[in-house]
Amino acid sequence: MASAVFILDNKGKPLIARDYKGDIPMSSIDHFLVILQEKAEQEGSAPPVLTHNGVVYLYLQEKDIYLVAISKRDTNTITILQFLQKLSNVFTSYFKNLEEESIRDNFVIIYELLDEMMDYGIPQFTETKILQEYITQESHVLEIQQRPPTAATNVVSWRPDGLFYRKNEVFLDIVESINMLISPNGTVLSGEILGAIKMKVYLSGMPELRLGLNDKAMFEKNGRESKGKAIEMEDVRFHQCVRLNKFEKDRTIMFIPPDGDFDLMTYRLGIQINPLIVCESVVETHRGRMEFMIKAKAQFKQRSTANNVEITVPVPEDADSPKFKCTIGSVSYAPEINSFIWKIKQFQGSKEGLLRAHFGFPSIRDDLPTKRLPISVKFDIPYFTTSGIQVRYLKIVEKSGYQALPWVRYITKNGEYQIRMPEPLQLTNASRLPKI
Amino acid sequence: MNRNTDLKTATVSQIQTNLARLKIISNKFINNLKKGENFELRTELNSEYRERRKEAVRRVIANMTIGKDVSGLFTDVLKNMQTDDLEIKKLIYLYLMSYAKVKPDLVILAVNTFVKDSEDKNPLLRALAIRTMGCLQVVEILDYIIDPLRRCLYDKDAYVRKTSAVCTAKVYELSEEAAIEYGLIDAVKSMVADKNTLVVANAVASLREMNEIAKNRNNSDLVWILDETTVTHMLSIINECFEWGQIAILEALVDYTPSSEKSAIYICKSVFPRLQHANCSVVLTSIRLLLTYQKFITNSEILEQVNKKIVPSLISLLSSAPEIQYAVLRSISLVLQQHPNLLSKQIRMFFLKYNDPEYIKFEKIELLVHLCDETSLEALLSELSEYSKEIDPSVSRRSIRAIERIAMRFKDHAERCLDAIIDLIALKNVETIQESAISVSRLSRSFQDLANGKISSSIIPTLCENYTLLESDPNAKASLITMAGECANVSPQIVFDLFSELEPQFLNEEESVQLAIVHASVIFFLRNPELSQTLVLRIIEKATEKCPNMDVRDVACMYWRLLSGDPNSAKQVVLSQKPRILTDSAKLSNTLLADFMNHLGCVSSILQLPPSKFLKSAESWNKSLTNTNQDLNSIDDQKSSANNEEYLANHSSKFSNKFDGDNLDEEPELLISL
Repeated sequence: MASAVFILDNKGKPLIARDYKGDIPMSSIDHFLVILQEKAEQEGSAPPVLTHNGVVYLYLQEKDIYLVAISKRDTNTITILQFLQKLSNVFTSYFKNLEEESIRDNFVIIYELLDEMMDYGIPQFTETKILQEYITQESHVLEIQQRPPTAATNVVSWRPDGLFYRKNEVFLDIVESINMLISPNGTVLSGEILGAIKMKVYLSGMPELRLGLNDKAMFEKNGRESKGKAIEMEDVRFHQCVRLNKFEKDRTIMFIPPDGDFDLMTYRLGIQINPLIVCESVVETHRGRMEFMIKAKAQFKQRSTANNVEITVPVPEDADSPKFKCTIGSVSYAPEINSFIWKIKQFQGSKEGLLRAHFGFPSIRDDLPTKRLPISVKFDIPYFTTSGIQVRYLKIVEKSGYQALPWVRYITKNGEYQIRMPEPLQLTNASRLPKI
Repeated sequence: MNRNTDLKTATVSQIQTNLARLKIISNKFINNLKKGENFELRTELNSEYRERRKEAVRRVIANMTIGKDVSGLFTDVLKNMQTDDLEIKKLIYLYLMSYAKVKPDLVILAVNTFVKDSEDKNPLLRALAIRTMGCLQVVEILDYIIDPLRRCLYDKDAYVRKTSAVCTAKVYELSEEAAIEYGLIDAVKSMVADKNTLVVANAVASLREMNEIAKNRNNSDLVWILDETTVTHMLSIINECFEWGQIAILEALVDYTPSSEKSAIYICKSVFPRLQHANCSVVLTSIRLLLTYQKFITNSEILEQVNKKIVPSLISLLSSAPEIQYAVLRSISLVLQQHPNLLSKQIRMFFLKYNDPEYIKFEKIELLVHLCDETSLEALLSELSEYSKEIDPSVSRRSIRAIERIAMRFKDHAERCLDAIIDLIALKNVETIQESAISVSRLSRSFQDLANGKISSSIIPTLCENYTLLESDPNAKASLITMAGECANVSPQIVFDLFSELEPQFLNEEESVQLAIVHASVIFFLRNPELSQTLVLRIIEKATEKCPNMDVRDVACMYWRLLSGDPNSAKQVVLSQKPRILTDSAKLSNTLLADFMNHLGCVSSILQLPPSKFLKSAESWNKSLTNTNQDLNSIDDQKSSANNEEYLANHSSKFSNKFDGDNLDEEPELLISL
C-alpha cells in the first residue's frame, strides 16, 4: 500500500503531500523527477513504475502536475494507480480543473479529501458523490452538524438515504466508440467497439432497477428464442452497484443505482465490423509541391447521418501556400498541428465527398518524408449503434410504488479511428490529379 | 580654546546620542526581521477574535504546505484545538501529524482533547480523533490511545468502527505487545464477521497489514490466518463490498491454501463474477487468484473454463488508462510464459495505436513477438514494417529488432522476414537503415543460406552504397563491416572498396568499429590474398602500432602472429564456423515465475525483478530513517550506489529478458564503463 501521496508541479516540486505511514523520509520525493528524466533518457520513455534507493514511485501525469504515490513494499501497483486515478477524478469534480493553480487555491479541502480517501495507505471512500456529502467547499460550523456519509451505514455504500425527486426520471445513453485502424487500401487492420451505458438517475428513495438488453448469452441461458437480433457481448464490466453474482447466474442486470451520473457498464466487441467512414487517398509529391486527393465515403445506411465529421490529414511541417477544393463541407489549414482539417457538418449515409488539396514547399528537397502519420476521423452518428445493442426494458421498482420514466438514446462515435496514408507517388512530370 | 573643547564634547555627546538612537532603530529592525511571519502568526493565533484565529491557523497550514518550518508555533496552535469548528479542528490535527515526531513531548498536551473528541456525540469527530491519534506515530501516545480505541472498536457507528479497525494496525506497528495484550487484535478479528461490509473490508485490510508488519519483523508470528468459515463468509459478502474491500478480500484469498480441490473450485467459481467489475485492480487481482489456484485444481474442464473466462477480461483491461495498461501488459507477458497460447487469437488487440505512449508501444512490440504464430505472421510483419516507418526512432528500431526475432523464432519464414527488412532498407532512412544493418548482421550468422544468398548479393552492396547513412551509429557500421567480411559470396571488389574507404579513417573510429575492421579484413585477406594484401597489412600495421586502444592492439597482434605462421592453420582458425546467436533462451526460472504470478500486478512482477533487487531491508531503512537530515554528500553517495544497483538491475533484467539478443554487442562497453 502507499506510504505517502504527493502532488507535484511540473518541475517536481511538491505542491501538497500527505504522509500516511511515516516509514519513508518525505525527502525521497526530491529524487522523483531526476529518476524519471534519467529513465526517459535511457529508454526513450519512462513507465509509470519507477524505483530508486529502495523506494517505489508510482505516478500519473495530469496536465502540468504529477500525482505520485511512494511505497517501500512489493505493493499492488494497479490498486495504487487506480487509486491515483480516482484521486484525480475526485479533484476534477471538486475543482473543475486539476492544475497547479487549483491545487494551490484549495489546499484545505485537498488535505481533507486526502485524509478521507486513504487511511494508513489503505484506500477508503473514493466516490465523489459520497465525499461531497460531508466534505464541502463552504466552511462549516458544527451548528449544521456534519455527519459521516449515510452510505457508511447503509446496505449500499454508493447511494444516500432519503432522496426525493418530484419527477422521477432515468436517462440511458448508449455510447459506442469505434476504434479502428484502416490500411490505405481500405482493409480493416484492427477494429473494436467500446460501448458504455451511461446513466443519469433522478429517482427518489431506494429503487431497484432491472435492465434488459438483447444479450445473446441471456437468451441462451434462459432457453428463449430471441425475437430480433441478439448480440454477443464479449467482456462486460459493471459499476460496483450491479449484482455481479446475479449477472453471472442468469445474466440479469440488477442494481440499486447511485444518484446522478455514472457509467453503468462498459462492453467491448471485437467482431469484424465494416468501417463507417473510409477515406481513399492519393498523394503525389513533386519537386516543391504536394498534391492530395481524398475521397470520403459514409458506408452506413442512408437513413442515418453522421454529424460533425472532422477528417484531419497530416502534412509535412514546412508545407505552405495551401489551396483546397471540396465537394461537401469546408477545409481549413491548421499549421499548429501540421494538418489540414476537412469538416463536414452533416454527412448522410452512403454519400461520398471529394477533396483536392495542394501544398507548396519553401525549399526544394530531395529526401522525401518517409514517415507518414495517419489520417484521423472524428464523427458522431445519433440514433445508431454499430453493434445493434438494444435496451429491451428498464424496470424500476421502489417500495413507494411511483411511476418513473426511462429515456434511452443511442449514439455511435469515433474512438481512435485512423486511416493510414498511402505511399506518396513520386512524380517528375505533371500531376495526374484534376486541377483545383 | 575652552569653547573649542566644549564644542567638541558637545558634538561627541550628540554623536553618541545619535548613535544610541540609531542602535535602537536598527535593533528594532533586526528584531522585526527575526520575529518575521511566525511572530505575526503567533499574535494572530492568540487573538481574541475567532475569525482571525481561524485565518491564522489556515496560514500556518499554508506555510507548512510550501515547506516553511512552523514547528515553533506548536503550543500556540494547540491552544486553538478546543473548537467546535470542524475545519479548524481538521487543520490542527493535520499540523499535529506533521510535527508530532519533532515534538513528541508536547503531543501529550493535545491528548486530552483527543480523548474528549473520541467520546463526542458526532461519529465523524470520534473517527477523526481516533484516526489522527493513530497517525501521530510516537510511542508517547500509546498509553492514551488504548482506552479510546478499545471503546471505538465497539462503537455503534460503522464509520467509527471501520476507522478503528485501521487504527489497530497503527498501534500494532508501534507496539506489538500492547495490541495483543489489550485484545485489540481479537476485536479486529471479530470484525471480519461484522454486518457492515465496509467494516469487514477494513478489518481484512488491517489484518493483512499487520501480517505484513509481522513478516518484516521476522521474529513475530502472523497475526491472522484464514480459516474455511471466514473464507465462506468473505465470499458471501464480497459482492456488497466497496471496490477496495473486494481487492483486500481477493488478495487475502490469493495467499490462502484451500483445504481441498472442491473448495478451490468453489472459490474460483465465486470469484468469476468479479471479472466483470469496473475497477481494473479488482479484475486483475481476480485473475491473479484464478491463475494461482490452478495449482490446486486437476479437473481439466474447470481449468479450461478458468482460462476461457480470463481471456476477455485481460483484453478488456487494455482499454484502460495508459498507466494501468502498462501494468496490465507487463502482467500479460508473465501470464504468457505460463500459458503461451492463451492470447494468440487476440494478437490484433496488441497492434500499436498511433497515440499510445512510448512505454506502451515498447511493451506491445515485446508481446507481439511473443504472440506471433504461423497464422498471424504475415499480418504482423506488415504491421511491424509500418511501425518501423514511425517518427519515433526508438519505436522504429524496436520494430526492426522484432522482425529479426520473429525470423529467429520461425526459421521457415526467415526469408520472408529478411524481405521485409530489405524493403525497409530501400527507404533509405537513417534510423531504419542503421537498425536493419544490425539485424541483418545477426541473421546472417544464424542463417547460412540467407547469408550466402540475398544478404551477400543484395543487402551488403546496398548498405555499402549508402555507407554515409550508417556513419552516425558505430554499432551499425561494425555490423556491416563484420558482415562484409564473414559472408563469402559478396563481390570482393565491393568489400575491397569498403575497406579502402575505411582504412585512412581507421584511427578515428570507435573501438567496436576498429575491432570489426581488424576481424573482417583478416577474413577477407585469407579469402582474397592477392587483391587485399597491401591494404590489410596497412590496417593491421595501424592497429598494432598506432592505435591507442589496448584491446584493438592485442587482437591485431594476435592476428599478426597467426598470419605470419602457417596460412592453412590461420584459415582453420579464422574461417571456422561461428556458433549461432541464441535468442529466446533465457526464460525465467519456474520458481521465479511462480513467485511473480503470485504477485501479479505487484511491483516485483511489473519489473520482473525479485523484491530484494529493488527494495531495502528493514535494517537499512531504520538507519536511513534515523538520519533523515542527511547532508548533501550522503545523498550523493546514495545516489551513486543506487545508480550502480540500478545499473546491475537493468542488466540482470536484460539477461532475464528472454528475447534480448544484443548482449553480445554490449559486453565490451560494459567492461569499459565498469
